[in-house]
Amino acid sequence: MGILEVKDVNKRFGGLQALGDVNLSVAENSCHAIIGPNGAGKSTLLNCLVGKLIPDTGSVMFDGQSVLGRKPYEINQMGISRVFQTPEIFGDLSVLENMMIPIFAKRDGAFRMHAVEDTANEKEIVEQAENMLESLSMGDKRHMHSASMSRGDKRRLEIGMCLAQEPRLLLLDEPTAGMARADTNNTIDLLKQIKDERDITIAIIEHDMHVVFSLAERITVLAQGTPLVEDTPDKIKGHPKVREAYLGETA
Amino acid sequence: MLGLNKKDTSLLILVAALALFAPFILNPFPAGSGMAQFNAGYPDLMQRFVIFGIFAIGFNILFGLTGYLSFGHAAFLGVGSYAAVWMFKLLSMNVVPAIILSVITAGLFALVIGYVSLRRSGIYFSILTLAFAQMTYALAYSVLTPITGGETGLQLALDDPRILDGAASSDNIPVPGLFGMEMRGSSQLELGDWVFTFSTGYYFSAIIMLLSFYLSIRIFRSPFGMMLRAIKSNQQRLNYTGLNARPYTLAAFVISGMYAGLAGGLMAAMDPLAGAERMFWTASGEVVLMSILGGVGTLIGPVLGAGLIKYMENILSKINSDILHGWFAFMPDGLEDIIVSMIYPFIGKGWHLTLGLMFMLVVIFLPGGLVEAGQRISRLFGRKKSEDKSDKSTSTEPAE
Repeated sequence: MGILEVKDVNKRFGGLQALGDVNLSVAENSCHAIIGPNGAGKSTLLNCLVGKLIPDTGSVMFDGQSVLGRKPYEINQMGISRVFQTPEIFGDLSVLENMMIPIFAKRDGAFRMHAVEDTANEKEIVEQAENMLESLSMGDKRHMHSASMSRGDKRRLEIGMCLAQEPRLLLLDEPTAGMARADTNNTIDLLKQIKDERDITIAIIEHDMHVVFSLAERITVLAQGTPLVEDTPDKIKGHPKVREAYLGETA
Repeated sequence: MLGLNKKDTSLLILVAALALFAPFILNPFPAGSGMAQFNAGYPDLMQRFVIFGIFAIGFNILFGLTGYLSFGHAAFLGVGSYAAVWMFKLLSMNVVPAIILSVITAGLFALVIGYVSLRRSGIYFSILTLAFAQMTYALAYSVLTPITGGETGLQLALDDPRILDGAASSDNIPVPGLFGMEMRGSSQLELGDWVFTFSTGYYFSAIIMLLSFYLSIRIFRSPFGMMLRAIKSNQQRLNYTGLNARPYTLAAFVISGMYAGLAGGLMAAMDPLAGAERMFWTASGEVVLMSILGGVGTLIGPVLGAGLIKYMENILSKINSDILHGWFAFMPDGLEDIIVSMIYPFIGKGWHLTLGLMFMLVVIFLPGGLVEAGQRISRLFGRKKSEDKSDKSTSTEPAE
């Protein structure tokens, strides 16, 4: 039994079968990659996991509990954090404030009214946020306006914000899309570090094979909404079906 | 001090000082001089400055922090007024219960309207609030006449029960007061040619405005305020950070509705009648203009915006062509007529034109409103003054 169990999930948009009988099991504390050509249904699958979409049939279980029908914030509170394809951060807020919000969410849950207290007096939260930024080597940027940072830094902050909640499952949607090589390598290093230091399960959707093969322990190949193969990276590299469907001559 | 940091404390002290000395600051010209018409230091107008200041402060908590643009806030103002007048009629002419009831009633209204409207965001939210406000207006104007007084508005009458006050002894309708102090009471100070008026009602409203301002600073600096800014910034991220935006926005909506109700209650306390026109959509639009003109999302901006608009409404609109001719009398006749006819569209009944032009200029060149203007000016005068930015602009405007 994996921490995330996807069973017979189907999703149809009008005449398009986006997902057909998807079965997926992600083992606890592993790093599982989902790859596939454009339009394979990777993002649809991810959206079904976080509550943005509801599958037509099938079940999605996280740690023995169904996530279907729950709102994104409820699923997040269960322990699933998501990193978006384009970094989603609070652009109008400072870097430190960005980091404080998930820590508040972890401490106080989905809603709690602190309307007259002073934010600066929440010493514990400020301290935790600063430590987190330190560990991301972003301590010197804490008073920066977060929208003015580079894309790599925004990604770093976003991943850090997800980690601040200490999730059990971290979902990454093409975390290095549109990034310069140096930023991509930094992101890979950061993810490796996270994998080594924490008890965390990582599920990653990625186009960049370099990223996939440096991180993943297991890979599922999705094509036309259906899982084609699931295996270790080494086996995937040489798999004829995968070559045919996706990797082509580059593998 | 009071749990505020240094900058906020000095801002609060500045606003308090301006409010305290407003009768002097707003009366710079000697009575009877040609410039006396620009004096804004009479109780009626000063009360309007602070009351609309409260309205705008509350509106800014919703619009400035969460970015949800409500186009129906005047409904809460109107509801607050009706509640206060009913309290005067039924219970007592003391303003305290009246204002408490108006805040509570407006809060309940905001809870209902907000619960429905906040299911949508952006333009749909604005339209929903506008629709609710117009429905409230229409109801108050027609169907609910027994409660609201319909077209004539809700007024006090001699035979109102006023349970706590007992039967009225005289033949006059009693006036609202605070434990014996009449709201319309005032005293005058004559210094040479200057006449300064100190009104009980104004100072009562000013103290409430200061309390509201203080509370809004606390909300801005609180974790709750940070969450509201996060909602404005990126709701997607907020949802995927395990936070439910809906109760936060609803709380902000109710708080700002209560501010509007407080303003409405104070209006009734100053002048005990309430009419449906207070809820008309132009009144809701006005508070949007105030916030944007002063500086959305800043602490003092909405107060400045409210002051500026009310000043223009009351002072600019009183200038007529005779006065203009008086000013330009030194010119040759032909030239005088030309100048007067050029300026005339912008004054008197045309003051909306001036307001519109100013609004355009502010939105295009100063998106941060008057507060941004103040910041730019203070930057211009060297770094020394950059500490007390956002204060500079107050000196030229009737701040509250």
